[in-house]
Amino acid sequence: MGHRIVILGGGTGGTLTANRLHRIFGDSAAITVIDRDDRHIYQPGLLFVPFGLAQAEDIVRSRRKQLRAGVEFRLGEVDRVETAASTVHLADGSNLPYDVLVVASGATLLFDETEGLTGPGWGAKAFSFYTLEGAVALREALRAFDHGRLVVNIIDMPIKCPVAPLEFCFLLDWYLRERGVRSEVEITYATPLDAAFTKPVAAEHLAGMLERKDITLEAEFATGRVDGQAGRLVSWDEREVPFDLLVAVPLHGGAAFVARSPGLGDELGFVATDPHTLQSKAAANVFAIGDATNLPTSKAGSATHFEGETLAGNVQRFLAGAELEGSYDGHVNCFIESGFHKALLIDFNYEVEPLPGRYPESHIGPLPLLRESRLNHLAKLAFQPLYWHLLLPGRDIPGVGAQMSTAGKRLAPAARGDD
Amino acid sequence: MSTATYADASVDAEGFLTQPEQWNEQMAQQIAAENGIGQLTERHWQVINFMRTTFLDTGSAPSIRTLGKASGVPIKELYALFPKGPAKLAAKVGGIPKPRGCI
Repeated sequence: MGHRIVILGGGTGGTLTANRLHRIFGDSAAITVIDRDDRHIYQPGLLFVPFGLAQAEDIVRSRRKQLRAGVEFRLGEVDRVETAASTVHLADGSNLPYDVLVVASGATLLFDETEGLTGPGWGAKAFSFYTLEGAVALREALRAFDHGRLVVNIIDMPIKCPVAPLEFCFLLDWYLRERGVRSEVEITYATPLDAAFTKPVAAEHLAGMLERKDITLEAEFATGRVDGQAGRLVSWDEREVPFDLLVAVPLHGGAAFVARSPGLGDELGFVATDPHTLQSKAAANVFAIGDATNLPTSKAGSATHFEGETLAGNVQRFLAGAELEGSYDGHVNCFIESGFHKALLIDFNYEVEPLPGRYPESHIGPLPLLRESRLNHLAKLAFQPLYWHLLLPGRDIPGVGAQMSTAGKRLAPAARGDD
Repeated sequence: MSTATYADASVDAEGFLTQPEQWNEQMAQQIAAENGIGQLTERHWQVINFMRTTFLDTGSAPSIRTLGKASGVPIKELYALFPKGPAKLAAKVGGIPKPRGCI
């Protein structure tokens, strides 16, 4: 009998892992992917929906159809994992034993963990674009919004795609200018961190970007509660930020079953994972990928993609009784939409912060790092077909290595990761 | 444990230790005093020790919410102990790098 591999989650990480493992093992492994629904959302597209730059139906496809023939897709709700017995318990009472388990269940949005967020005003003057339904509802609210105070708030870290709220501010500034109502709207970016750009080199290169776009920064603002009726955010230390329209990024946690699985998750429900091998700390035959992990890197599709090679290789090594390789280096890259058909690109890992230079080829690029350009924006738009046709099938993107490269980057002394 | 003083330690532009292994308890008291906290109490130490353990174990400094959930000190009290920015200030006193975003 072949290896039994169970993958929890049919999003970016689960899909690319299933497809990579199926290419490695063929019919010598039975691979099952479990998810509660068959809607795979292209999450980078959510940012564009509120501005009418992407349509809901363009960013959703079937999860099942992204999996190679031979991979089993099963709809189901996971109750818990008993790692000691190598068994997944489903909510319908059935059990799935496994030889290797991959947890790829992403991050869950915890709207109810913030007092008042989903109370009065929710869906009327308070929204989130982190769900498809929320992004669509926000589009309607933005269309009708032509004056007042609009606040974009990250309630606390960690969140998926940590630059998305900032990109939202930039696109909003552009959108309102196009409509000729920018001077009637006050935009505030409220963040729990102490600045919009927190890494020294990025901060130096991008200083002044918020001021140029007339976006007010409310730093070190840790939201304690939302008062939708009065239209104000109140921080834990009793500071207040008034709003007429709130765009909130809710608290994130791991999937609920992680917390119900003995020893699997940390206090937020993210899987305690070795940052280099991607093996869980709970059991040798349990691995984790992407937003579901507690890795000290960004929760982003690019990180998940770069983890894929290490993860598939280590599952193969584990099943062969070989030593695991610690080859994942925390590599992430992100396009940051800055409006007016331009975008920035950043590339970094556990050790090295985002630096200026060129990507993916040193000196040649063609994409400039840590600088606004039209080409970066075009590359971001071109990425969606690559996501469906290369990334989810578990292929490498030509010229884009899983490990970060420092070639062609300007490494100032202050720019080292250990600064 | 290291016997270095805060003056000997490698710090970044804002005074956060860049090498957590250089940290010691005397240094924590020194950093606290320089940042307007005064004498460290048992409750301060509970937060500082949780910060350090979590960082050394996972590579991430805990957020305010994680501190509130898992350090045993509620968020309101965190603000009383480490005014203005508890996650940032406790990281500084605990000798671990400043919590940052990805950019």
